[in-house]
Amino acid sequence: MAVVTMTVNGKAVSAETEDRTLLVYFLREQLRLTGTHIGCDTSQCGACVVHVDGHAVKSCTIFAVQAEGADVTTIEGLAKDGKLHPVQEAFRENHGLQCGFCTPGMIMTAVDMIRRKPQLDRETIRRELEGNICRCTGYHNIVSSIEDASKRIAGGAK
Amino acid sequence: MISYQFAYRRAKSLAEAQVLFANSPEAKFLAGGQTLIPTMKMRLANPPELIDISGLKELSFIRADGQTLVIGAGTKHHDVAVSAEVMGTIPALAKLAEGIGDPAVRYMGTLGGSLANNDPAADYPAAALALGAAIKTTRRTIAANDFFVGMFSTALEDGEIITEVSFPIPERAAYAKFDNPASRYAMAGVFVAKSKIGVRVVVTGAGPSVFRVPDMESALAKSFTAEAIKCIKIDADGLNSDIHASAEYRAHLVSVMAARAVKAAAA
Repeated sequence: MAVVTMTVNGKAVSAETEDRTLLVYFLREQLRLTGTHIGCDTSQCGACVVHVDGHAVKSCTIFAVQAEGADVTTIEGLAKDGKLHPVQEAFRENHGLQCGFCTPGMIMTAVDMIRRKPQLDRETIRRELEGNICRCTGYHNIVSSIEDASKRIAGGAK
Repeated sequence: MISYQFAYRRAKSLAEAQVLFANSPEAKFLAGGQTLIPTMKMRLANPPELIDISGLKELSFIRADGQTLVIGAGTKHHDVAVSAEVMGTIPALAKLAEGIGDPAVRYMGTLGGSLANNDPAADYPAAALALGAAIKTTRRTIAANDFFVGMFSTALEDGEIITEVSFPIPERAAYAKFDNPASRYAMAGVFVAKSKIGVRVVVTGAGPSVFRVPDMESALAKSFTAEAIKCIKIDADGLNSDIHASAEYRAHLVSVMAARAVKAAAA
């Protein structure tokens, strides 16, 4: 057991947890931030993607203790003052979700993708999404959402 | 899925990591964890202790002089993929790094971790062997020729940590892989390099460990063109056969990937 301290969505949090606790379980079960989903649990589907120190990583493939001192952002931390993040807004408007299970990971991946590659074409978006699986196979609108979001952000949306 | 219990230690330096290991010889080093953690979750590995070396700044660097590109073992795939030094010296290596796993995995996974694990389908071992890299550890320097021993096995001793890898800068190099669409691991990948040590053609993903194709190497030494290796077939005997591809199919893929790599390198 260890006491783990990190910043999650701008708030300092501290909790005792087993060394073997994965970050995704720490977020969901100890912090009750259940927006981050567990899809495959084998590091393939990307439903659990969160940002650790500004990088989109799979929270099922990092132990919570590794994130000691880190700055973590989950899907709950994207909207500001009741206003959706431009990527969230773009997913809503482009029907970028069907069942919605993969959506938190898709959005966290998209935010990171747009930050790294402000100029995105559809082919690049598809390639960049290789670590995120949508079992509804709703990729077409997910790609449209990300394309739209990248334009919104390039246009100054926050 | 939850792994067995273990004790987590975060090493503050390479020296401390070695002391921690001396006190717990069954421990495993944790670098990017993108193979080790899934393996522990499946309960296929059960180390009593993890020594986390992922945060060690001394292992994370990229530097190039006129002859050699040196990359710290803790450097993430993402950092290699976007590095101006790598793109300016061995662009094939940046491209290889950009094709490992997916973006989230590339933020975590490391060069040293990939080499030490020596997955039969990993990408970096092919580059290391083809370029004639020197793998420096906490104890010695191992030539890539002597490093990859077999499936998931290397010349590393218990407790030995890779610290940096020196890649001699080749005249030409390229990597082509046919990846599994789910895992992005190579079903067959071929790294081709032409450098001071000659031409090397190294295959990953098709056999138990990386291997060279001498027939292709000598043909390419005479004429560095895809045409020169067109008629060279690979023996399917001893190649991997699984639900993704038969040995015969992999043998065929090797020829196709080799031709693509040569074409890209010659361009």
